[in-house]
Amino acid sequence: MVLVEQSLNGFQFGLLLFLLAAGLTLVFGIMDFVNLAHGSLYMMGAYFAATFTAWTGSFILGVLLALGATLLLGIVLEFVALRHLYGRDHLDQVLATFGLILFFNDAVRLIWGPAGLALPLPAWLTVPVQIIPGVYYPAYRLSIIIVALAVAALLYVVVMRTKIGMLIRAGASNREMIGALGINIKLLFTLVFGLGAALAGLAGLMQAPILTVQIGMGENILILAFVIIVIGGIGSIRGAFLAAIFVGMIDTLGRAFLPDLLRMVLSSAAASTAAPALSSMLIYLLMAIVLVVRPEGLFPAAKR
Amino acid sequence: MKKTFWLAGAMALALAQPALGADSIKIGFVSTFSGPTAAIGNDMRNSFELALDHLGRKMDGKPVEVIYEDDGQKPDVGKQKTEKLIQSDKVDFIVGYIWSNVLLASLKTAVDAKTFLISANAGPSQLAGELCSPYVFSTSWQNDQTPQAMGTYMNQKGVKSVFLIGPNYAAGKDMLAGVKSTFKGQVVGEEYTVWPSQLDFSAELTKAKNSKAESIFVFYPGAAGVQFLNQYAQAGIKAQIPLYTAFTIDELSLPLQKENALGVPGAQQWVNDLPNPENKKFVEDYRKKYPNLRPTFYGAQSYDAANLINSAVVAVKGDTTKKDAMKAEMEKANFKSVRGPFKYGKNHIPIQNFYLQDVVKDADGQLALKTVATIVKDSQDGFHDKCPMK
Repeated sequence: MVLVEQSLNGFQFGLLLFLLAAGLTLVFGIMDFVNLAHGSLYMMGAYFAATFTAWTGSFILGVLLALGATLLLGIVLEFVALRHLYGRDHLDQVLATFGLILFFNDAVRLIWGPAGLALPLPAWLTVPVQIIPGVYYPAYRLSIIIVALAVAALLYVVVMRTKIGMLIRAGASNREMIGALGINIKLLFTLVFGLGAALAGLAGLMQAPILTVQIGMGENILILAFVIIVIGGIGSIRGAFLAAIFVGMIDTLGRAFLPDLLRMVLSSAAASTAAPALSSMLIYLLMAIVLVVRPEGLFPAAKR
Repeated sequence: MKKTFWLAGAMALALAQPALGADSIKIGFVSTFSGPTAAIGNDMRNSFELALDHLGRKMDGKPVEVIYEDDGQKPDVGKQKTEKLIQSDKVDFIVGYIWSNVLLASLKTAVDAKTFLISANAGPSQLAGELCSPYVFSTSWQNDQTPQAMGTYMNQKGVKSVFLIGPNYAAGKDMLAGVKSTFKGQVVGEEYTVWPSQLDFSAELTKAKNSKAESIFVFYPGAAGVQFLNQYAQAGIKAQIPLYTAFTIDELSLPLQKENALGVPGAQQWVNDLPNPENKKFVEDYRKKYPNLRPTFYGAQSYDAANLINSAVVAVKGDTTKKDAMKAEMEKANFKSVRGPFKYGKNHIPIQNFYLQDVVKDADGQLALKTVATIVKDSQDGFHDKCPMK
């Protein structure tokens, strides 16, 4: 029973990480663009949702408006700033997007203040539901699982079964060639970046009721997203999905069961101190192993 | 070009010099002014500024100059800022420190330079014990004291078993050790989480729920407290297992925790409604000076720190080179604390009362913290025996 519940916790965390990593891997893999400000879009999604929910009084409406706003913000950001950086090398991109993180953090401080916001849930999402006899799970976390799975399926269909998806995949394999074939590569990139931004915003606004909406909320989690795209293979949506579930599971199950395992060999005090440190290391250990064994990631996108 | 540069530099120095003249009292203030916990640092600064307003911005007739530095909640940055304030700004006092790990990293710099350090929040056990120093005073508490009061209250309520959750750093360990030292029931489980990066407590909450403990105790300061309470309520555990807290619900987190905090008790040495006249003045003037904000215990401790410094400066008639005389004066705690009764143990940690606070709806229908009872009177920390000072 405990195992079922802890696995669900891990699965839910993994799906959330997938939403963040999917946008990152699309932008990195297809546009060859390192976007450190992806975490800022995650933060903006949460701030938009909190603001719009307060304005409209409806959680669902607030969330939908916030999604649109993040999509728009992503497109504007790409148009104003980022498209001038595509030709530059990665270090310039890292510097510029790091500057954007600082910009967004201070912009949020100016607009919303330093204290953070709350995004309260409607009552029907705050009750635990019985999923199998004897196991109760928070309704909101369950809804995260459902929404994220739906988005993953939608992404799969769009990327694998539509013309846009075909262009995106072609862009990932050979940028110059599809440009030469008369495809408007600039427009395609703007679309991809907007899609990535909306995914990041979705992750942020779904995480917001669980955590708080606060400045810098995207920075810690962005590191995990980078780990995931490295493990999964850069540019690969399928890789990002599997790696995200993997990382979410390892993180949660490590925290859940490692302390008890360690207590068998260490003193109780030493175990409770060492376990959280060790469980947060597990993910990076996994990444190191993947980098040694398969440097291109577990499920790399098609070769360039 | 180069010449103009040097000239400009020399002018800047010349201009800066008079303001930093020997005839002012210089105070360095290290706290967190950026990142997720910046609201705490702002509250401390607001309260310190209010105290200076109340003192006429002078101590014994000398103007007071405060230099605020941001530690970003990082021990290494806090140490650097402390060094900068002491070595290049040459401050007379250094105040602040929210986080125990930041304070522990910065402590040696202040003590070695014989600069008075007033901790306005952090209270690691080492500070009360083996690392106590003639140059270090606290206007807060030793970390263990507040959870010890909570443990005592849980005994009074007849709680039989508890599951403990806290962050894995100096203060987190002190807090959980504090509850364990007074709570007479059974400790069913004890979980530490990665600090400050871990914000999802689903694994720990699931464990607590399945442990069949009768109660949960947590210590999560700042935004983490909001996240813990949200998740505790969403998981439906609030209806099953009551929560007891230390430093998890305050005036900064309450507007974000909202109804989730209703009826969750906490222990504290200061609550906004304590009935002494100094406290009334502090709370009223704070709300006048900073509309829409309410002072927290962090602010109350900073307000006290300014008054403690003032007492020392007045006693030596503004001659801050008389360190022994200032130390002797501060040991008397010759000022009116907003928390009421306040005296120092030989390790310079306050001996004070701890109160039970609850979250209620006030007259305006807003959620507010309210004193319910006095849990312990004249509580002294358990580490003063280890302090070699006489």
